[in-house]
Amino acid sequence: MSAAESLADRGAAAPILTVEGVSKKFGGVTAVQDVSLEVPRGTIVSVIGPNGAGKTSLLNMVSGFYRPDTGVITLDGNAITTLRPSQIAARGIARTFQNIALFSGLTVLDNLMLGRHVHMRAGVLTSALYWGPARREEIAHRARCEEIIEFLKLQDLRKQQTGALSYGLRKRVELGRALALEPKVLLLDEPMGGMNQDEKEDMARYVLDVNIERGITVVLIEHDMGVVMDISDRVVVLDRGRRIGAGTPEEVQRAPAVIQAYLGTSKGSRQA
Amino acid sequence: MSLVDSPDTCTLPKLLARNARQWSTEPALREKNRGIWQTYSWADYHALVRDFALGLASLGFTRGEKLSVIGDNRPQLYAAQMSASALGGYSVPVYQDSIAAELVYVLNHAEVSVVVAEDQEQVDKILSLKDQLSNLRWIIYDDPRGMASYARYPFIKSFPDVVEAGRAFGRGQAGFFEAELSKGGADDVAMIAYTSGTTGNPKGAMLTHRNLITIAEAFAQSEGIRRGDNWLSYLPMAWLGDATFTVGVGLVVGTTANCPESPETVQRDLRELGPSGLVAPPRIWENMLTTVQVKGDDATPLKRWVYERFRRIAEQVELARSEGRPVPAGQRFWYAIGEFLVYGPVRDQLGLRHARTCYTGGAPLGADNFRFFRSFGINLKQVYGATEASALIACQPDREADPNSVGRTLPGINVRVDDRGEVLVNGSNVFKGYFKQDEITRETFTSDGWLKTGDAGFVDPRGHLVIIDRAKDVGKLSDGTPFAPQFVENKLKFSPYIREAVAFGDNQPFVAAMIAIDMTTVGTWAERRNLAYTSFMDLSRKPEVAQLVGEEIAKCNATLPVAARVQRFLLLNKELDADDAEMTRTRKVRRRFVAEKYAAVIEAFYSGKREVEVSMEITFEDGRKATLESIIALHGDAPPVTARQAA
Repeated sequence: MSAAESLADRGAAAPILTVEGVSKKFGGVTAVQDVSLEVPRGTIVSVIGPNGAGKTSLLNMVSGFYRPDTGVITLDGNAITTLRPSQIAARGIARTFQNIALFSGLTVLDNLMLGRHVHMRAGVLTSALYWGPARREEIAHRARCEEIIEFLKLQDLRKQQTGALSYGLRKRVELGRALALEPKVLLLDEPMGGMNQDEKEDMARYVLDVNIERGITVVLIEHDMGVVMDISDRVVVLDRGRRIGAGTPEEVQRAPAVIQAYLGTSKGSRQA
Repeated sequence: MSLVDSPDTCTLPKLLARNARQWSTEPALREKNRGIWQTYSWADYHALVRDFALGLASLGFTRGEKLSVIGDNRPQLYAAQMSASALGGYSVPVYQDSIAAELVYVLNHAEVSVVVAEDQEQVDKILSLKDQLSNLRWIIYDDPRGMASYARYPFIKSFPDVVEAGRAFGRGQAGFFEAELSKGGADDVAMIAYTSGTTGNPKGAMLTHRNLITIAEAFAQSEGIRRGDNWLSYLPMAWLGDATFTVGVGLVVGTTANCPESPETVQRDLRELGPSGLVAPPRIWENMLTTVQVKGDDATPLKRWVYERFRRIAEQVELARSEGRPVPAGQRFWYAIGEFLVYGPVRDQLGLRHARTCYTGGAPLGADNFRFFRSFGINLKQVYGATEASALIACQPDREADPNSVGRTLPGINVRVDDRGEVLVNGSNVFKGYFKQDEITRETFTSDGWLKTGDAGFVDPRGHLVIIDRAKDVGKLSDGTPFAPQFVENKLKFSPYIREAVAFGDNQPFVAAMIAIDMTTVGTWAERRNLAYTSFMDLSRKPEVAQLVGEEIAKCNATLPVAARVQRFLLLNKELDADDAEMTRTRKVRRRFVAEKYAAVIEAFYSGKREVEVSMEITFEDGRKATLESIIALHGDAPPVTARQAA
């Protein structure tokens, strides 16, 4: 059913990422149960739901950190369910983490260069000598990183250690590192968590620019409903591991099951 | 013989054409992009200007039309201004942090038909005001980022599109550009610079090519500026000084203008570049000094000891030099060692190792700060200027720098002081008048044609000009003692904890001041004392902070004549802000406006109240307004004698 909806959304583009009937149990706890969703190429799809709904677990399965118990995940029609995280990254899915995962002792630039790792071909010896192809490759990768630095306005922080940066800036650097991978699909796990209003607006702008200017498909987990409703093409709602709704932001906001589960009865309640 | 006397070099774009012929491969502009300095040679620059000008012509831009640039210093924006000039148009740069109402006023008043905006942010700003801008026909943007969806607006074009259109237009009309260029004369207006003005609406000062070229010649001659010198172009393009120092001097002498990567990277870019000179307002010099001090404090004990020891030697040497005393041989020896160990490395860190001349202007720089830089071998000098006088009137010669005067008038400029103490200027740097404001223009000139600067000052026995205050602000205390508020404020602002000060006292028994604390330094001070605070407002209400500022004021009072001492003060709970019209965009207090806005405060100062209820209108960046109600405590007491008089 979601296929029909999403195809109607954006012309006839085939979905770039599909998740079909995926479940994951941790001991006796069912984190995700029989969830399906489709991410049309070039869109921003948000996954929302109360705490413990299984959003991050879902993302971890897509990026290969968890292996689903059942179900299939495909990227561009090829199953990636059983691949390792590094293989999935090499196929074009990049992600950021809810709790920032940067090398805090390295500079912003070095963190971005690490994001280029999947594209690097030079061997240990040529790299160590910084000779011939290795040298050319390094320069080409640096140029791509500079592009991202400009894109995310990190020029003044290039040579700063990431550990010394503010939370909002580290989130931005993490986005940059994910972009350095030149992904087809970008998974963002709460990119605006813990940010103030200004930082949120900046980040929302960057996410939109990533989507529109670079044509990268975005899957977003976010708690700020204002942002989600503003920038998403589609929203998928999870509750206690199950999918309870999906559609355009307007449809989701109106759906009774969603209001009941997400806004009505959970503890935080009514902060839409 | 001046360049303006020859028909081939009498306008700025003609100079550009000359430079493209003479020095075609030498660097004219540089821009740091993606971490690498990209160079435009004079030939590149000229070609860009020619093509963009032809592009403008293809969009229907004709002689006498106005083009505005809005954004950070970028080669494309400089080229756009030059293109407008080449076609006989005027450039009207505007401050990119202007609020909507100011932009609408300036763009409408100047009848601007083309706006060249740096990026999406600026385009959005103009777009939101489009309905109110009746003359605006085209918006041209430089940075394409985020602009893909703007193709639906027929009046928005990208910079490369216009350049491309210009090339096509040029192929059809050979010789068009050269013909337009040759029509330009020295007395055509090159630029309308809107002065934020400390009173009323901004006024558009019309500067001619003659103004900008002759002042650049005078400056280059007296300061020994050479071809190939590097300058950092980081001060706002809307400030006329940028037109003088970057555009004018660049074209006349052949210096290279370097545009920093972003406003945040200025300090690092400065160090990379090591420019031949630097023009900076006192605020930037103060920041540099703070950086040096902070780094000094973080160093290891040995390094700290070395630094401190050589700093003191430098101080003594500089004091002797400035007083004209001979420096003892021992001190000279240690100073030479210090140059190697401390002064040279510090200059290098600041990016001033190759700087032959450095300038501070716009407001006084504290004497201690001024001497610090000089003692470390930085040739820092005061300059004085006004928008109406092409940004430059006087400058200190190398060997006569001191923190009190603003130096000697530049060649070709005459200064006299009238009987009321106002500084008058005459010379080819004096502007043509305010755009569409003949009445105000007439009032700005004396009957014999000298420009009234509005500054009160005098010429000291050496022949240096000394500026005291704005002439209209100089008042008298109620006992008849003359009172120059700016003089008091500047002394107060020399304290690192005081960011802004507004002094009152005209027709009053004593001097009182409103203080805005410096959030950074006071914040650090509070943190060191484990004093928790949340915001500027919270911090400014702390009794400890009031005590700190009280002590700073006491120190400052010790250097002031008894009558001018600050007796009472309060700490403002918000910073003075240009968005609230309390300051100009160049951070000068709009005294009259502030006095009206804070009338209740002034009344409370002189009626002996301990606190005052203030209701302030604040303006958000998007132009929305809100009212802030608060109670502010007043500190200090009226001096006993005057208190009795008041009672």
